[in-house]
Amino acid sequence: MSAAAATTETKPSPPPVEKIRIKVDGREIEVPKLMPDWQGKLQPTTMLQACALAGVEVPHYCYHPKLPVAGNCRMCLVEFGLPLIGPDRKPVLNEDGTTKIAKQVLPYEPTTVRGAIACATPISTGMEIYPGSPATRQMRESVLEFLLINHPLDCPICDQAGECKLQEYSVDYGQSASRFVEAKVHKPKAVDLGPRIVLDDERCILCSRCVRFTKDIVGDDALGFVNRGSYSTLTHFPGKPFDNNYTLNTVDICPVGALTSKDFRFQMRVWFLKQTKSICTSCGTGCNIVIGSREEKIYRYEPRQNDAVNSCWMCDAGRLNYKWVGREDRLVKCGVRNPERGMKDASWVAALNEIADRLKKAPAGSVAIVASARQTNEELWLLSKLKAKLSATSDSVPRIGEGDKLLVNVDKNPNSYGARLTGVAADPMGSSLPKIADGIRGGGIKTLIVFGEDVTKHGIGAELLGKLETLIVSDILPSQTTELAHYLLPGCAHAEKRGTFTNIKGRVQKLMKAVEPRGDGRPEWEFLHDLVYNVTGQNGFVSIEGLFNQMVKEVPAFNGLTWAGLGDLGVAVRI
Amino acid sequence: MNFAVPTELETEIDELITHYPQKRSASLMALHALQGHFGWISREAIEWIAQKLELLPINIYELVTFYPMFRTNPVGKYQIKVCRTLSCALGGSYKLHEYLCQKLGLDSNAQSLQTTKDGKFSVEFVECLASCGTAPVMMCNDDFYEGVTAPKADEILTKCK
Repeated sequence: MSAAAATTETKPSPPPVEKIRIKVDGREIEVPKLMPDWQGKLQPTTMLQACALAGVEVPHYCYHPKLPVAGNCRMCLVEFGLPLIGPDRKPVLNEDGTTKIAKQVLPYEPTTVRGAIACATPISTGMEIYPGSPATRQMRESVLEFLLINHPLDCPICDQAGECKLQEYSVDYGQSASRFVEAKVHKPKAVDLGPRIVLDDERCILCSRCVRFTKDIVGDDALGFVNRGSYSTLTHFPGKPFDNNYTLNTVDICPVGALTSKDFRFQMRVWFLKQTKSICTSCGTGCNIVIGSREEKIYRYEPRQNDAVNSCWMCDAGRLNYKWVGREDRLVKCGVRNPERGMKDASWVAALNEIADRLKKAPAGSVAIVASARQTNEELWLLSKLKAKLSATSDSVPRIGEGDKLLVNVDKNPNSYGARLTGVAADPMGSSLPKIADGIRGGGIKTLIVFGEDVTKHGIGAELLGKLETLIVSDILPSQTTELAHYLLPGCAHAEKRGTFTNIKGRVQKLMKAVEPRGDGRPEWEFLHDLVYNVTGQNGFVSIEGLFNQMVKEVPAFNGLTWAGLGDLGVAVRI
Repeated sequence: MNFAVPTELETEIDELITHYPQKRSASLMALHALQGHFGWISREAIEWIAQKLELLPINIYELVTFYPMFRTNPVGKYQIKVCRTLSCALGGSYKLHEYLCQKLGLDSNAQSLQTTKDGKFSVEFVECLASCGTAPVMMCNDDFYEGVTAPKADEILTKCK
């Protein structure tokens, strides 16, 4: 793998941006004439985008920056004015020489403001937008009142409560009591829309975000509105459930509590959740996520926007792949095998000292390392230091599965490039595994270090492991390999430690710790650091920041990176 | 249930599709043609049209449920539509509806479509049939009747074999 200096995103030099001047609530600002739409294509800047640039949020339900504009919720209505044009087709001026602005009103009712939906109305030179005016406020209040007419107002039992746009805008623009005295329209409750989604049609405000998402982003036009008027109902075609690998994103983008995740439904009030920015580890894409946890238990993953990786989305499989972290049979104790009495619990210090002694005595070339491309860059780099000191053979296990066009990558290892760039993986990955097996069989390899893989499933069977003098295994969950270990070191799940992964496009991204490790489990980089220090005598940093900054100096591909510089969105390196 | 569209009807629908720049635009006309033949739009019919127009069934399902005159359940051989918009309502259309329902053994308080047990007649209220001067008016299938009194209603019913 040729490695070059780390770079930030390589962008072509931007073409000159044509700007136009408008006023937002009386404040003059200059905004680009064209801005990217949901697909990233340049389109005339909308009022909503211009207001955002001016630092003014226009409330909205149906608008989503990554979906086609529908303009159906009407919440983003704003009062606006345009330069008055005289009969000579020239702007009319005020006495002080400024351009006269004609506030837009209804044609035959000049005292009534004619609002425009900010999400779909392009701006023009000299336009004045009044998102803070009393007339705008009145329009928002009216729209909200209509949206709530048939709403069940069941916030106390609604999963969305706490992250609901209806609630938030009701605080800003709602009435304290409903004026609606008529009977509410009742619609289907707890509709089983698909294997992972439950729909409450009474909460739905018909914004069509979910319909557009599944049609335009996923390409599975599964949802639609049936019936008419107040009876309009979101549904799927009978007998064709809403079942693709991205359905749970509709739960995120649903601005109200209509679409709920079967997995998260009624599990936890969202305001109790601690939010930790991290990344998904289910494939090489490395979607950015937020982990929601409370009292050391993970409740959900949600996608976090990163336009260089996953936009605003993640796949259902990755999202639901967190339950193993809380499994009851997690490895929680350090173990050292006693020839007579079998596996016995040991302290970290005792186990690591014993391992270090053994490794120091091991003749060069008699050690092999099977790492995992599910480990972090830092851990793999520490293993590469051990490898160098012990002249060990090393490799990691390739994991190829099915991918798709949107996010899912064929590489099911989250950090294949980390394993390659640190030199731990063979080229191609996995090609040295048979050599290690042969080495054990021939007796050349007497010590095997295994991290996070069940090697019995990858060509190094139990009978070979039985021939080893020393088998050092670190893992999270029990496997046939951990059963046979002489030294067992309980590690951490990704959500329990910090570190970095290099995704399939060479983007180095941070994992952050959401929950504490189980039992005596320690982050692998921590005890690997101790071990490397014991074996090689080289000192290093005992913090992940220091370790990362040291690693980037030694691994050419990572040169120039800093832990702090990775930020929340990571940095791309050349791979 | 086996759903088969006769060749003639399929040819007709294929021809209809050619009238439009996009296949999707033919949705309504194709639905009318199918309802004209079968009397109602079944789930299989929706799937058939969707496939024909290279759409997904939900796209057609949305249309069928939006328009009240597309039937999603089988209806009677003779469909009686009684106007209940203002002029007819004042001119006695509710009485006419009640009379028809009693005569056919249906619930005269029901507003929506109901069909006799033998499947011969369906009765429903509809909005304006555009003949306010001759209220009450009604339609029996495609035939239009003005100033419908009880004897005239009897006469219309007896004509329906």
